Amino acid sequence: MSTLTIYKRELKSYFSQPTAYAIIVVFLLSTMAFTFTFGNFIRAGDASLEWSFFFWHPWIFMLLAPAVGMRLWSDEQRNGTIELLGTFPLTTWNAILGKYLAALSVWLVALTLTFPIVVTVNYLGDPDNGAILAGYLGSLLVCGTFLALTMLVSAFTRDQVVCLIVSTIACALMVFCGYDDFTREISKATSPALVEAMTALSVWDHSRSLDRGLLRLQDLVWFGSIIFACLLGTSAILSAKRS
Amino acid sequence: MIEVEQLTKHFGSKMAVDDLSFTVKKGEVLGFLGPNGAGKSTTMRMITGFIAPSSGEAKVCGISVIDDPTQAKTKIGYLPESAPLYADMTVTGFLKFCADVRGLRGTERKDAIERAIDTCFLSSVAHQSIDTLSKGYRHRTCLAQALLHDPEVLILDEPTDGLDPNQKHEVRQLIKNLGEKKAILFSTHILEEVDASCSRAVIVDRGRIVADGTPQELKERAPEGSLTELFRKLTTRDTDEAA
Ligand SMILES: Nc1ncnc2c1ncn2[C@@H]1O[C@H](COP(=O)(O)OP(=O)(O)O)[C@@H](O)[C@H]1O
Ligand SMILES: [Mg+2]
Repeated sequence: MSTLTIYKRELKSYFSQPTAYAIIVVFLLSTMAFTFTFGNFIRAGDASLEWSFFFWHPWIFMLLAPAVGMRLWSDEQRNGTIELLGTFPLTTWNAILGKYLAALSVWLVALTLTFPIVVTVNYLGDPDNGAILAGYLGSLLVCGTFLALTMLVSAFTRDQVVCLIVSTIACALMVFCGYDDFTREISKATSPALVEAMTALSVWDHSRSLDRGLLRLQDLVWFGSIIFACLLGTSAILSAKRS
Repeated sequence: MIEVEQLTKHFGSKMAVDDLSFTVKKGEVLGFLGPNGAGKSTTMRMITGFIAPSSGEAKVCGISVIDDPTQAKTKIGYLPESAPLYADMTVTGFLKFCADVRGLRGTERKDAIERAIDTCFLSSVAHQSIDTLSKGYRHRTCLAQALLHDPEVLILDEPTDGLDPNQKHEVRQLIKNLGEKKAILFSTHILEEVDASCSRAVIVDRGRIVADGTPQELKERAPEGSLTELFRKLTTRDTDEAA
């Protein structure tokens, strides 16, 4: 119940300010731009959307997800409203979950608004819509992971800009450290073990298989545990600041 | 109603609150006096469950803030020193949110909000966005939040800070009236407020109680029958050795 109250306030706050709209518009424009230019959507005849569409999402999210998440706790700490939250009859977890789900909902709206592309491939060809749905789930999970990471960073600092920069770097690391071209260069210079460790931390392995339409338990568990770890970390930081 | 037993808080090696004990009964208004940095806000933050004490115990209506924080917080209305608010909401929107958090529903919620708006003279700005309010109105909006659920215990951190003389007078009157049915702890460094609204006062200095009594008793202890002289005698000035 308290979680729902926090969720509603946060969501209203997102959509009463221009930021959320701006980010959604930038997201829609950039996905479309990538899909129709580099993605070769028309020529490649890639009805599964795997390469032309979903491939670009982690790149876009690493830049835009922190912009949605940066205010989550930074703002509360800067304005002192954390003192209200901390003295209301609710738990830290109520607040963390409410805020996290609100930020995730903004992205759910953004992803839903890409539906014209799904309509288009269905019009042009005969795609596997199950695989497309799995691709969307993959995108949402990548985005959810980046949001959770951003939330963790925002618990550390009262400065939104610091939070934005640090979490963008962290998200970019999770994208680059498993990207084939990048790991190939690294593996030339260092040991394969290091490369393997890096790949394990990257979103690619897990999102790529979802993009191909494979719903593997291990991927869901991987995303779930990273998200949970970040939320747990957030709770620990907030509690430590109050002890 | 408020029982504080040997409450202690240190930040690193710095002692902010040192073995503080006092009680506030129903129908009592306790003025919490002391120079800046005496530990007033820190004490209040511990009683309201915002920060954890290093040692000691605080109870509200017999409920331990440390063992059962969520339950204890339902009994408390708290006005933090900085009167923090969510700037993106309207006054009514903010109060609705607070009422939701407090579990008020339906007509009960509507009545509570109307009453708080009346009590704090907010009707002229009820639908105005908080970021456009002047300081006095912001302060009273936060005060309205504290009164919303008609709590048994009120903890007000410098409730008259930043108000003009008329508003100061109204708030003092309000505290006095509310004090007949509640237990109120309020902090101030304005000595005339003791006469205006307190039934008892304690003077704290560097985290310790240095004087405790009714305004009359305190005046009798004072060198020339003036509270200012007593305050100056008992508390350390920051121009003194700041050891
Ligand atoms: N979060 C904190 N970290 C370190 N020191 C703090 C913190 N909060 C308060 N203090 C210190 O504790 C002392 C008491 O502060 P405070 O309770 O705000 O005093 P008052 O409200 O009486 O002016 C001050 O010396 C202040 O610097
Ligand atoms: Mg203070």
